[in-house]
Amino acid sequence: MAWTGKILRVDLTAGTCSAEELNRNWAQEYLGQRGLATKYLVEEIDAQIDALGPDNKMIMATGALTGTMASTGGRYSVVTKSPLTGCVACSNSGGFIGAEIKNAGWDMIIFEGKAPRPVYLYLVNDKAELLSADEIWGTSVWHSDEWLHSKHQDPMLRIAAVGRAAEAGCLYAAIINDLHRAAGRSGVGTVMASKNLKAVAVRGTKGVGNIKDPARFMEAVNAGKKVLAENAVTGQGLPSYGTQVLMNVINEIGALPAHNMIDVQFAGAQNVSGEAMHEPRRSDGKPNLTTNAGCFGCTIACGRISTIDQGHFSVEHKPEYWGNSGGLEYEAAWALGPDTGVDDLDALTYANFLCNEDGFDPISFGSTLAAAMELFELGAITTDDTDGVELKFGSAEALVWATEAMVKGEGFGRELGLGSKRLCEKYGHPELSMTVKGQEFPAYDPRGIQGMGLAYATSNRGACHLRGYTVASEVLGIPEKTDPLATDGKAGLVKAFQDATAAVDSSGLCLFTTFAWSLEDIAPQVDGACEGDWSAERMAELGERIWNMERDFNLRAGITAADDTLPKRLLKDAAKTGPAKGRVNDLDQMLPEYYALRGWSKHGVPTDATRQRLGLT
Amino acid sequence: MQRSLLIDAGKCTGCLQCELACSFENEGIFNPSKSRIRVFTFHQQGRFVPYTCTQCAEAWCMQACPVDAIAYNAATGAKTILDSACVGCKVCTIACPFGTVNYNSDTGKVVKCDLCGGDPACAKACPTMAITYVDADQTGYEKMLTWAARTDAGASATT
Repeated sequence: MAWTGKILRVDLTAGTCSAEELNRNWAQEYLGQRGLATKYLVEEIDAQIDALGPDNKMIMATGALTGTMASTGGRYSVVTKSPLTGCVACSNSGGFIGAEIKNAGWDMIIFEGKAPRPVYLYLVNDKAELLSADEIWGTSVWHSDEWLHSKHQDPMLRIAAVGRAAEAGCLYAAIINDLHRAAGRSGVGTVMASKNLKAVAVRGTKGVGNIKDPARFMEAVNAGKKVLAENAVTGQGLPSYGTQVLMNVINEIGALPAHNMIDVQFAGAQNVSGEAMHEPRRSDGKPNLTTNAGCFGCTIACGRISTIDQGHFSVEHKPEYWGNSGGLEYEAAWALGPDTGVDDLDALTYANFLCNEDGFDPISFGSTLAAAMELFELGAITTDDTDGVELKFGSAEALVWATEAMVKGEGFGRELGLGSKRLCEKYGHPELSMTVKGQEFPAYDPRGIQGMGLAYATSNRGACHLRGYTVASEVLGIPEKTDPLATDGKAGLVKAFQDATAAVDSSGLCLFTTFAWSLEDIAPQVDGACEGDWSAERMAELGERIWNMERDFNLRAGITAADDTLPKRLLKDAAKTGPAKGRVNDLDQMLPEYYALRGWSKHGVPTDATRQRLGLT
Repeated sequence: MQRSLLIDAGKCTGCLQCELACSFENEGIFNPSKSRIRVFTFHQQGRFVPYTCTQCAEAWCMQACPVDAIAYNAATGAKTILDSACVGCKVCTIACPFGTVNYNSDTGKVVKCDLCGGDPACAKACPTMAITYVDADQTGYEKMLTWAARTDAGASATT
């Protein structure tokens, strides 16, 4: 069965923790994690509530295979209403805490209300307590992690926490678990802090059992591990270079957005690439990258463990940053680097450390800073706003200053915490915000990868690469190569990727397996572990059901088809260089077909027939 | 031929597949807290180190056990807990200099690596060959091979 069958409900207002039975019917329709938690959320909250008010709920949910030996089976998701976008938020993280929650005997934890004073949840198997977080409120994630381990004298506690960015109201604050893994996007950390919930500390020793057919499950798991090991991307590219394997590739095809998406290529890309992380530094002969690392159960191990050059100006007098921690991954490296025009690998690594230490999304942060830099160069922001700092594209000093200002949550740091949309509106240039539905873009320019334009425009959580990663097909040829500059067939491609992704995000497995696995590889693992008959077709339908459920929530929240669009820069200003030179994103050539394929009206609303077909009545 | 677990920490990514495999093989459940092999993370140093029983020839645990509940398996070289005899006194957990014998409060017995009867699940599960199961008398083979490969042709070795 794989599910534990138990949900922990934490009423922060009343200060109570209670156990309840999992709704098994919903588990059959929504599987787990993203799907199942979203079902609970949409059933329990009104879509129009204030995301930062006590009526919002925040769900930490494991997947059906979380905690099992299935490769990458350690994922969990945080589902809530986003303060950044007003849409449904679902942020997925690896590390170890997801499996620990399952090991403690819980499929998910639902947080509701708001604690009168700062608290943290201390969860050891069946025993759940809310304890005072007064002593760690106002401190970083890393400090809180150390304090909790020390207080409970338990080195094996797994911890997720919010940092000072969330407390200061940064709208894209993340929840950081295991020091450097993040439920990163859409401000799920901001919601957590709004509830006066500082941390979740978990120890689980019950184990994950209830496997439907252990022999068949292990057979499917071993077959899956073999496929990952033999695939060039998951077996070699990702372990060696991490997601940073993409930096030079995407730059070459002219889809690496730079300078707040003014450009589609960046001259300094190679200096901040995965390859550069392997190059010995001049100062100490060591490379930026110390080793690769795996999350729970992961046989790919794309994680980066890095150091900063001790002589670099950012850490020269800060020995506390001389050790190893989570290094740059592609999206973070892009937002902190090419998008701000900075090609200083150590400055990027330092900024990335701070994003982890105090819990904020490096994608949204870097993109917002890039917008601020463009505003500065236009004269809309001046040195009066920035304590005298020249906020120029390409300035590593400006990047380091801005990141430290974010951590402090004061002055211009607080402005940056608003996100690109609100910042650009405030300074009178809303057109400079590179966002969809208020969320900042990731690292693929839709002028050079056409399908991604449609994926961004229709993503249920605003601009995002993890809702339909057609880059796999358009650039890497997975499962088959399509022309990145063509629009034909992209509506179907985007829909297929979105549905499959929603299914994977509900399984407890990592999306990165899908560089090698299709639903045909995943379904036997789910079927070996979970009651019910799980085929690839059923998984795809499950994904489509989840997609439409999320869409319905967003529609009820007041998001409409008019929000399924891209910034004018991407629709009107042609790419200046590279293979996509002269191209804009031709969204209007793809969107109507997409609505039709989805079974939605021309206003982007699921028809009654579509809802009925998917059991969403 | 006896074989030994050979651990090369430099290859470990900290994924815990070994812990999952160990607990599933021995306890029938995926439960790292019940694994007989443990992976330690040294975060600041960027190191992951799997650690388990080395099956000492003159095993302190076996010498210390007052009820002869730890037996020598001549085929595998493993020192194996006899659940039927173990009284859960934990003297072996104190005697072991390496901490690799531990008490299981669910069963009231101690647990330690028994090499899965000669087919260790951890080694099979490890995706990076950080844990291998090799000829017990040739555990230095790979290291010797590496150094041998670096030797210049015609150079004389000093011993």
